Amino acid sequence: MKELQEVSKEQRALYWKKNVRLTTFTLIIWFIVTYVCAFFVKELNTIVIFGFPFGYYMGAQGSLIVFVWLIFNYAFKMNKYDKEFGVEEEEK
Amino acid sequence: MANGKSSFLDNLGKIYAMYTVGFIIFVIGLGIGEKMGMSNSAIGYTYMIITIGLYAVIGISSRTAKVSEYYVAGRSVPAFFNGMATGSDWMSAASFIGMAGTIFGLGYDGLAYIMGWTGGYVLLAVFLGPYLRKFGQYTIPDFLGARYGGGAARSIGILAAIVASFTYLIAQVTGVGIIMSRFLAIDFQIGVFVGLAGILVCSMLGGMKAVTWTQVAQYIILIIAYLVPVTVMSYNATGIPVSEVMYGQVLQKIDAKEKVINADPKEIEVMGLWKVEADKIDADIKALPGSFDTKKQALNDKLAALPADAPAAEKEKIQKSITAFPKTPAEAKEKWEAAKKAAMDKTKPIKPYLQPFARLDMLNMLALTFCLMVGTAGLPHILMRYYTVPSVKDARISVGWSLFFIFLLYFTAPAYAAFARNEVLSNVIGLPIAQLPAWMANWGKVGLVSFKDLNADGILQFYELTIGADAIVLATPEIAGLPYVVSGLVAAGGLAAALSTADGLLLTISNALSHDLYYKMINPHASIVKRLTISRILLVIVAIISAYVATFKLTIIVELVAWAFSIAAASFFPALVMGIWDKKANKAGALAGMWLGFSLCLFYMIGSRFYGLNWFGVKTISSGLFGIPLGFITIYVVSRLTGGAPKDIQDFVESVRIPRGAAVAHEE
Repeated sequence: MKELQEVSKEQRALYWKKNVRLTTFTLIIWFIVTYVCAFFVKELNTIVIFGFPFGYYMGAQGSLIVFVWLIFNYAFKMNKYDKEFGVEEEEK
Repeated sequence: MANGKSSFLDNLGKIYAMYTVGFIIFVIGLGIGEKMGMSNSAIGYTYMIITIGLYAVIGISSRTAKVSEYYVAGRSVPAFFNGMATGSDWMSAASFIGMAGTIFGLGYDGLAYIMGWTGGYVLLAVFLGPYLRKFGQYTIPDFLGARYGGGAARSIGILAAIVASFTYLIAQVTGVGIIMSRFLAIDFQIGVFVGLAGILVCSMLGGMKAVTWTQVAQYIILIIAYLVPVTVMSYNATGIPVSEVMYGQVLQKIDAKEKVINADPKEIEVMGLWKVEADKIDADIKALPGSFDTKKQALNDKLAALPADAPAAEKEKIQKSITAFPKTPAEAKEKWEAAKKAAMDKTKPIKPYLQPFARLDMLNMLALTFCLMVGTAGLPHILMRYYTVPSVKDARISVGWSLFFIFLLYFTAPAYAAFARNEVLSNVIGLPIAQLPAWMANWGKVGLVSFKDLNADGILQFYELTIGADAIVLATPEIAGLPYVVSGLVAAGGLAAALSTADGLLLTISNALSHDLYYKMINPHASIVKRLTISRILLVIVAIISAYVATFKLTIIVELVAWAFSIAAASFFPALVMGIWDKKANKAGALAGMWLGFSLCLFYMIGSRFYGLNWFGVKTISSGLFGIPLGFITIYVVSRLTGGAPKDIQDFVESVRIPRGAAVAHEE
């Protein structure tokens, strides 16, 4: 079982870099579905799908679906990175 | 006992599935009872006794004498169930009862609450949740203390945790009292204290462990209660029982109906009458303080002039308006200005439900969304739930489940609002006053629905009707023509939402006092028995104080809850995030950042609420907009000016950033 010290500095730096990239990606999408969509809501509302003006829909439901997906996506990717870089938790 | 415990954890899925089926059978049984003549009040009492009894059984059977079970449920809660528990911990009486009504009234702009209260979980997932789990102590002030070198940072953490949680707690206890008093027809004060017993019985003996398993049970009840009425309403209106998809059609109907109403000459007549009303109030305001005395005198004269044989109801009505009359000319000015504004709003055509930024301008809507998001990610009673899962891996997944379970309700709230608005516009407005549906009279009795035939034509116009936000969810079962058993179910759901949130908050406050203040700062040598005893005593004391404050029914509480988000956002969030993401952030930076963020937020709140302070037109509710960035910038700059963080702290940050190994905590 590897101790903390045994994970090399380079490995840890790489792991952190991957994490920062995934975090940034997550936040960009988060920003787009809330703030950018709200900013352009009037333009988006000209598209109507199934009775829903698209801008309204993003505020009411669309952004929420994306949020749930974003968090699970982040969790699965990070849990994979943990193993890839040998920093996953020891089994208890 | 060890064997019993693990078999409980191994069979969680089965146990809660059986519980869910059992609850559904119970509701169906009550429905049969109603058909056979069971009275409404008997149904109401059965719901309350059975559900609170259930919570009590779970709470008592989860009693514990272990510190780690009391504070963090033994860190053995699976990600999925922690998600459910977080869902009911998070969704308060306001989410359950008020959210749909807010959207009903605000249209698109009300969606700030929907996005704000869900999008915050994305911030929590990537910035805080997994790292706090890795740190793995008991409370949020624990982290501040370890990361920023001891007492001072911990103290601010304790203070902010208590301020944010306590106002929120009072609102929950008030919610419990309101639901109890409405559905059991008991006194509000009694309702509060009965509810209090329901809260304490869950948390006192088993701490976090008991609260967790009760919250899962409460989530199941609240989500069933929320989804049933709106699904039936969707089926009635569109023939398909999936409200979340079908309300698109309804949105179009609302839009068309609003145009018809705006063109109706009778409606325009009522708008004109509201202008007359507004002018009258305006004249009164201009004539202050003289008009204050004359109006007050007029009310007293009216009471005195009442003949001795006048009906008691009439006398009571006048007495009520005397009690409600402003105490001072200054108060009169504030109240009358608000009344004038409300009247003026009714002089203009209905703003389209779908039109963005009709009621809040774009800046304020976006600012509110932002403050609610950051506040969500900074509230200690939510953050501490991620200490209870077994690993960092589980913490990450668990944030996803949390949002998923919250999503089920929030995703449906806009559908609730749309179906209710469509019902009101299509089937209520334009009816003769004498033929209004029964639900309006029922909810009129408790003041949630009111109407006044302003133009005396015997027909209800749009602006003659006022519907309180809380009425939407509560009245939907009756609007949809469902039996009383469903109304009772909705009340039980609202109660579950209020109780579960109150439990989480109560635990946060008493832990901040017993663990952080007493054990960590006053008496570090206290024995386990002593620590737990003190925790339990504090729990009871805080609960009683909150119930006592709630009995005053202060109107300011609702406003304070909204403030709690900005306060948590401006004081907690920057220090927590920088503690993980900026290795150089140090004690001086964090202390300065927390104080400045908190102070600026409070300064703008009080300034804009009471003294007309106005920066870029930002409303009081979004005060955190200024405090949040100031907090971040201050921590960054001051930390660098004061030489960054020492090596051992930087090592600590490194250890929190990766799941492997132990978190190396240092504290002076």
